[in-house]
Amino acid sequence: MKKMFLPAFLALFVSLISQPAAATLRIFACEPEWGALAKEIGGDQVSVYTATQAGQDPHHVQARPSMIARMRRADMVIATGAQLEIGWLPVLIRQAANARVQRGQPGYLAASDYVQKLGVPARVDRAMGDVHAAGNPHIQTDPRNIARVAAVLAKRLGQIDPAHAAFYQSRYQEFSRRWQDAIARWEKEAAPLKGTRIVVYHKGWNYLNRWLGLIQVGALEPVPGVPPSTSHLAQLLSKVKQQQVAMVIYAAYQNPRPSEWLAQRAGIPAVKLPFSVGGTDSAGDLFALYDDTIHRLLKAVGKSAGSPDREE
Amino acid sequence: MMSFRSTLARAALLLCAGSGFPLLLSAESSDSPDEERHHIQEELKRMQQRLLEMEQRLSEQQAVAATPAAPAGSASPNVFNPQISVILGGKYQHFSRSPGHFAVPGFLLGEAAGLDERGLALGESELNFSANVDNLFYGSLTVSLSPEGGAEVEEAYFQSLHMPFGLTLKAGRFFSGIGYLNQFHTHHDDFVDRPLPYRAFLDSQYGDEGVQIRWLAPTDTFLEFGAEVMRGDAFPSAGSAHQGAGAWDLSAHTGGDVGFSNSWKAGISWLHSTARQRDAFDGQGEPVGSYSGESQLWLADFVWKWAPNGNPVNRNFRFQSELFYRTEKGVLAGTAPAASYDGRHWGWYAEGVYRFHPRWKVGFRYSELRADNSGPAVVSGAILDDQGHIPRRASLVLGFSNSEFSRIRIQLAQDDSRRKRDYQFSMQYLMLLGAHGAHQF
Ligand SMILES: [Zn+2]
Repeated sequence: MKKMFLPAFLALFVSLISQPAAATLRIFACEPEWGALAKEIGGDQVSVYTATQAGQDPHHVQARPSMIARMRRADMVIATGAQLEIGWLPVLIRQAANARVQRGQPGYLAASDYVQKLGVPARVDRAMGDVHAAGNPHIQTDPRNIARVAAVLAKRLGQIDPAHAAFYQSRYQEFSRRWQDAIARWEKEAAPLKGTRIVVYHKGWNYLNRWLGLIQVGALEPVPGVPPSTSHLAQLLSKVKQQQVAMVIYAAYQNPRPSEWLAQRAGIPAVKLPFSVGGTDSAGDLFALYDDTIHRLLKAVGKSAGSPDREE
Repeated sequence: MMSFRSTLARAALLLCAGSGFPLLLSAESSDSPDEERHHIQEELKRMQQRLLEMEQRLSEQQAVAATPAAPAGSASPNVFNPQISVILGGKYQHFSRSPGHFAVPGFLLGEAAGLDERGLALGESELNFSANVDNLFYGSLTVSLSPEGGAEVEEAYFQSLHMPFGLTLKAGRFFSGIGYLNQFHTHHDDFVDRPLPYRAFLDSQYGDEGVQIRWLAPTDTFLEFGAEVMRGDAFPSAGSAHQGAGAWDLSAHTGGDVGFSNSWKAGISWLHSTARQRDAFDGQGEPVGSYSGESQLWLADFVWKWAPNGNPVNRNFRFQSELFYRTEKGVLAGTAPAASYDGRHWGWYAEGVYRFHPRWKVGFRYSELRADNSGPAVVSGAILDDQGHIPRRASLVLGFSNSEFSRIRIQLAQDDSRRKRDYQFSMQYLMLLGAHGAHQF
């Protein structure tokens, strides 16, 4: 047995030593939006590994062996935080045993630590479902949050890799300018959406609602994390009809069927939103993520004509 | 004049809006010319806008909730409390043959390898505390409370959070990292009991006091090597030989993905242990002999998980299999005078568990064992005689979980461990209170 292990160990050590020193920072991004942001700020000085894809429910991710291997060598982990990754990130960090990405190190960045969180529950009880005890973690649905995280990220990258601090800073400035312009454009485009009443599948859009002035009337999940039951859907349907709800919104990773069922009964559109970079074919990068989100929302409003509220 | 009128109109509108009076009425009752009408219409729009804003602010307030966000540096000492979780378990079991006569011909079994009692029974309740000790260490304690009232320390260990070169150190009492299933607590399982080879080769689960060191290779493919030195008190070792270092093992694991939907992990392990007067038990938990000698176990494990696009919630599938090979060379003492024995044992199991609905799972497992014993201790009709029988077991399980914290399952098993077939029926519940533990792959 020993005879088999020793050569394996030796071969690995040799391959480790002979490896060229990594020229780029290795970034482990928990969700696609942070991977995309790392690329915007880090440019070719970073190599980004994105642990999940937009088609995945970020609440329920398995801690795969491949992720442990990637985290072992990462210089930085970018997570959403606010307990979104509580089911998999702590075990990854513990198993990868990488000093650079431990909590409290500059290489551990929890994005939601830097934005004001909505939906912090006053009381937490499992009977209320899988509530986000630290507040709603789905901060990427408001681009103004991305801007805040970008500033922190640029600073952190400079801290970890001081030789390129100026590079990261200038890329951040560049990004920030384009981003502010884009936000102004999105807000202008999305102006007709203000006051639109919506129903959501999961309470994952609090930040988007605040940003665009959408009014969330209800959610398909009776409590967070619990799939919609028929009785709850029936109740919601009457609410949707009474309150002139304009659309049902669901994220790309969610099962479209319950949303489509409700939308069909209510005679309103069910709108699939990318939720993260790559969630739809056109949401290929951070800018496209919001372009597509707003485009889809506007299209839905245009389609749901006949509502007296929106006659201009 | 105009401004006065518009103020009046605004007041009227406000009143109407406030009382819910139809707005149209106030607009029509005004005897003003066209431009006045236009003015009021604009006011109307502005009012609608304000109403929307109010509604919006209200929904925001609901979202933010009444509590102020807890400041990160809250002074409460509870912030540093460990994560606490409690597992409540219970079962009902029915066996067509007496569980007291349980035996696996050709195998020397440990105390925990047998079957539980028939009927309704409270299972072990489990209490776990875990937390980062400081920036360098993590600690975990698991105590199992038996229904009779005793408490047993299942695991009590600390583990390094980061060390140079990708090394991890673990020390204390813990479940060994050999194989796949061994290190998981039983409440993690999808079946009511451990596979037959686990019960025969590892007395259901191998854990002892010891030290573990793991090295994670700096490669993009997962590659991990582990070594453990154990006290040697737990089956298959006994009597803490070699001054309390009676068992040691090596293991290697690798794993990867096939797209976002599939991932796998595979490994091999080797456990060397010395037994000093290791009791062999019958189905009633009575010692029937005692073994002293060496025991070497080889283990190969493989697990493959499928979840469409990486989403395990609605549908997922897991295939898992482990192969066992063991040699034992020593002396069996007990009822008959001590005699030497030479044993070679094989075993394997394979299971598949399919979640076909967010709440429902179905699983099938097949296990098989083989023994080839020789030496004077092998007496016809006695414990080491395999009687030409191949012990095997097949189980079918249906599991329901309302959430990931509550699980109820029904299991049917056709157990041919003994020469006479036993049909087994089990119902089990598991309730998890408290902290939301992250799961290992
Ligand atoms: Zn959520």
